[in-house]
Amino acid sequence: MPLLDDRAATRRLLDRLGFGPRPGELDALAAGGFAAACQQVLAQAPDATPLPDVGAEPPAITKKASAAERKQRQKTLRGQQVTAAQWWLDRMAGTASALPERLTWFWHGHFATSVQKVRSARLMLHQNQALRGLGGGDFTALAKTMIVDPALLLWLDGQQNKVGAANENLAREFMELFTLGVDRYSENDVREAARALTGWTVNRDAMTSSLAPKRHDNGSKTVLGITGNLDADGFVDIVLNRPDSPRFVAGRLWFRLVSATPPAADVLDRLVAGYGPQRSIGGLLRAVLAEPAFRDPATTLVKQPVEWAAGLMRALGVQPSKLPVTQLEAGLRGMGQVPFEPPSVGGWPAAQSWLTTSAGLARLHLAQLIAEHADVSHITSTAAAGSALGVDTWSQRTATALAGLRGAQLAAMAACAPEYVVSQ
Amino acid sequence: MKISRRGFIVASGVVGAGALAVGATQVNWTDLMTAAAQDPLRPDTGVLVVCTLYGGNDGLNTVVPAADPAYQKARPDLAYQPHEVLDLGDGLGLNPGLAGLKKLWDDKRLAIVRGVGYPKPDHSHFRSMAIWQTASPDSPQPTGWLGRWLDVTGDDPLRAVSIEPVLPPLMAGQRAAGATLPVTGLKLPTGAIGTSFSLMGQPESGESPDQARVARSIADLHTTATKLGPAVKPSGANQGQLAAQLDVVAGLVEAGVPTRAYSVSLGGFDTHADEKGTQQRLLTELDQALSAFADRMRRTDRGRQVVTLVYSEFGRRVGANASDGTDHGTAGPVFVLGDPVHGGFYGEQPSLTDLDNGDLKESTDFRDVYATMLRDVLGEDPGKILAGHDTVLTGLLA
Repeated sequence: MPLLDDRAATRRLLDRLGFGPRPGELDALAAGGFAAACQQVLAQAPDATPLPDVGAEPPAITKKASAAERKQRQKTLRGQQVTAAQWWLDRMAGTASALPERLTWFWHGHFATSVQKVRSARLMLHQNQALRGLGGGDFTALAKTMIVDPALLLWLDGQQNKVGAANENLAREFMELFTLGVDRYSENDVREAARALTGWTVNRDAMTSSLAPKRHDNGSKTVLGITGNLDADGFVDIVLNRPDSPRFVAGRLWFRLVSATPPAADVLDRLVAGYGPQRSIGGLLRAVLAEPAFRDPATTLVKQPVEWAAGLMRALGVQPSKLPVTQLEAGLRGMGQVPFEPPSVGGWPAAQSWLTTSAGLARLHLAQLIAEHADVSHITSTAAAGSALGVDTWSQRTATALAGLRGAQLAAMAACAPEYVVSQ
Repeated sequence: MKISRRGFIVASGVVGAGALAVGATQVNWTDLMTAAAQDPLRPDTGVLVVCTLYGGNDGLNTVVPAADPAYQKARPDLAYQPHEVLDLGDGLGLNPGLAGLKKLWDDKRLAIVRGVGYPKPDHSHFRSMAIWQTASPDSPQPTGWLGRWLDVTGDDPLRAVSIEPVLPPLMAGQRAAGATLPVTGLKLPTGAIGTSFSLMGQPESGESPDQARVARSIADLHTTATKLGPAVKPSGANQGQLAAQLDVVAGLVEAGVPTRAYSVSLGGFDTHADEKGTQQRLLTELDQALSAFADRMRRTDRGRQVVTLVYSEFGRRVGANASDGTDHGTAGPVFVLGDPVHGGFYGEQPSLTDLDNGDLKESTDFRDVYATMLRDVLGEDPGKILAGHDTVLTGLLA
């Protein structure tokens, strides 16, 4: 199998472990060769940008509240949510340290939590910051933080889960979607795990969660064959110690960063070895980059809409919060993906699901919006559009399609070309 | 929403995603449109609307065995009282939010299939929804049941449309896939950028499968927008999501576009906590959207051929949890409504005392429902699409 050359592999590295190159970034990084580029990207640490102040959460609605009061509260919450999404998109589009942001985005889709039920931009940002801080470290700390994260508890009814009658939502999804995969546990394990997770409550104002001992089930539970007076920490330990868990975590990362085709058995073994007993996410990433499949021209990926949009804004030097926010949001919504609003706890779909007829039109509208707000004076030819977007060669089809365009229209249409919509 | 007659003429040649297989030669649009204009959908052709309720709708609080002491005992704070539900006979009543469906029931235009599920039920939303959408309970299947119907309808122009931005798996086939049409319609750019966008949909030999799919989706967008887009004019009225979707469907049906199957959906049924208010609100939205749609469809010849199927990936546990909600369960009721439907109950009501680990036992295989739709609405041999399964619900339609 012929592998991607150093430059093409570096571009892929910037796409998959970041949000694509900023102007000049690909040339600079590729100059030192692919191995050095990997070292440089893996060493990136999160920027120390403080969280935005979205203001206090509006007070809870009482039963007596008027329609106008409800509407006002709704409006305030929506405004806070938009501010949060803008802030995050700005980071994706602007940061020099893209890997931590990309991992935050990956984990957001993994521990998929939606503001539509949590109803608090503050709690979503709090979770976001936890994902950013822990997302490149050890999976153990990440999983133990997430299982009692205030937003995740509210999202999966963890707060309703108490001794005597458990709520299974969090226990099931934690095993099925976050750590083990479907069919790697029994229905009885779900019931018992739910008991281990009883008693957690959320303080929305303080953005904390805590265990209320009276609500916790102190009886003996058996999860995946291990019996004891299990609590949240103990449950996470049992689950992560299962041989299924590293394979599952490695498979999920592979699915989003490398290919929709699952890794072959020997590849998976090497990924799991990189992850190691430390459950190191950095080690796992290093193992992913060492795989020949990472440099296989056939392992293309359809960019998720947010990745595509953030990448285009990076390439054209556009700050998302400077765009008309209603149009930006409508564009992302039309393509099917808005940050902080995954459709379900299973996260967003992948691959062909993004290529619906209606998404194609939303993509063009958003590309036009972005290009109209960019300085495109240097994009005077199809070749210049290619170098701005990091596409070395256009197909005959795309070259023909772009031939009659210039300026913002050229940049926008180039961003809709199959060569750019797909990460090569 | 109004759909113009002119829109119908233009619209009558839809080819959606997938009709251009990767690497296939380009379809000759002129030929297709000529053929379509000469052969619009006959007014007596069956049309299927599939409505998916995402999240797992609580069947026991939808078609409610209110008088059953076992029901009251299993969920004391969540149970409806016999005087609250809309009596259907047989000891069952509809949720109070379903007043419009009760009228359809009285009018014998609503069939309720009871205890619908599949063997060895899966409690995962994702696995169970995949099973329902692929109609394959035993092994994972890459294609949806209506996608396979598209595959076997041969060289006909594609005739399945989803009124949602994301294509549901049920409409993804091996060769063909349904088109998506948002409620706001599709308006393509004009001028130089319009020309360029249309060229971008051309296939390029030797490109990667992903790139070929992007190009194909752009080509499909142009076809869908040209044929269906002009027919859709958003009403702008402030209505629920499902009502807006069904409004688009109603307009397309009335215009006589050649679409035989539509997909619409309503989400939010994962009621682990504080279920009663949430579910009743959702069922009310469902009820208003469906009954307005059914009433509108009565008024035209084409509309009277429309059959609507309403299902969810599973019902919920019989016993309530401690959060005034219910956890993931198994079998549930399926609604089938429309003029061609012979109203009444089909299938047995699952027992509330003979449970499988706290869950209802299914009494009707969900593939019986699909087989009935395939045979009696779409006029296709169900065995070809459902891996040999051809048991139908006798009397429901034919």
